Amino acid sequence: MTDPNDPLRVIPTDAPPIGACRKTGDSLPPLTLMGEHDLCPGCGEPLALRQILDAIDAMDMAQRAIGTIGIGCYTALTSLMDIDLIQALHGRAPSVATGAKRMRPETLVFTLQGDGDMVNEGLQEVIHTAARGENVTCILLNNGVFGETGGHMTATTVLGQRTKNSIEGRDAGEHGFPILIGDLLARLEGTAYCARASVHDAKGVARTRRFLDRAFESQMKGQGFSFVEILTMCPTGWFLPTAEGPDYLDQELGAIHEVGELKKDGVLIES
Amino acid sequence: MSAPSTEANGKRGPRGTVVIDAERCKGCELCIPACPPEVLRMSSNRNASGYLLPELLEGCTGCGACLMVCPDFCFEVYRFDPKAAEGA
Repeated sequence: MTDPNDPLRVIPTDAPPIGACRKTGDSLPPLTLMGEHDLCPGCGEPLALRQILDAIDAMDMAQRAIGTIGIGCYTALTSLMDIDLIQALHGRAPSVATGAKRMRPETLVFTLQGDGDMVNEGLQEVIHTAARGENVTCILLNNGVFGETGGHMTATTVLGQRTKNSIEGRDAGEHGFPILIGDLLARLEGTAYCARASVHDAKGVARTRRFLDRAFESQMKGQGFSFVEILTMCPTGWFLPTAEGPDYLDQELGAIHEVGELKKDGVLIES
Repeated sequence: MSAPSTEANGKRGPRGTVVIDAERCKGCELCIPACPPEVLRMSSNRNASGYLLPELLEGCTGCGACLMVCPDFCFEVYRFDPKAAEGA
């Protein structure tokens, strides 16, 4: 199928190279049982999953990590993960995490939730968990749509964003304004660490990893509630070709949900 | 495969390469703009599921950006060891 007139040489990529080389990146993230999943092409959630598992593995906490999982597309990723997990009711993962951490304070307890799960279904759970200063890490995968149930608007959907039930774009008069959950939680005294990252490009993915590392470290130091919001692509829910997902994420969602650290060591970082 | 020729890579020679799990790929194209040396492009080849596949051109540096942005865990990254290659 390769064009013989093409001046550029195509390198075979079906087998590892022969000769002096070293593998610097494995296809599967650490702590996974398999790589196949049924999420849509161009989804950002597996990118976040890789960084979460990488961070846990780098801290050597695989045997002492407990994940509490919300309901959403990412719930399907639990069949890949080789760590202890508890499936919570819709939106209730922060409360389940509270129980797990209080009973086993030596463990690394994190939640994995979507925006529909955390900000719609279980908003009070995460706010109270943060206000109590529970020593857990909540991770939000924010794409502005209820991906799993068909792509409807969530509380974090930005103004103008088209979804299944805001087909002309979210309108403030009709649908209200988006909740900037990271900014909200950062203001609570129980929150020790709060950051917002994005996986729209490799640089953003590397930054996501840094923020996850700091959140987990904050938890293990016992500083209090830690929160990492990760903006992820959902080209299916945004009615976009997969290749346009990262730019839309950066320019539309990223313009409202601004990326960066909001609170560190219990001190607000003013932008 | 053997180490690719050095023409497109300047004096330093090829620095890296990737192995792509074609059957796992869903053709999302996220790896194409993510590649800093711009050596990934979409081919006209399809896998068993019917998804178009990316292909690698000369000039890979083994930086691993493709691996970081691939939602389907398709990329395995290798770096060539120049010292060992010189000795060979």
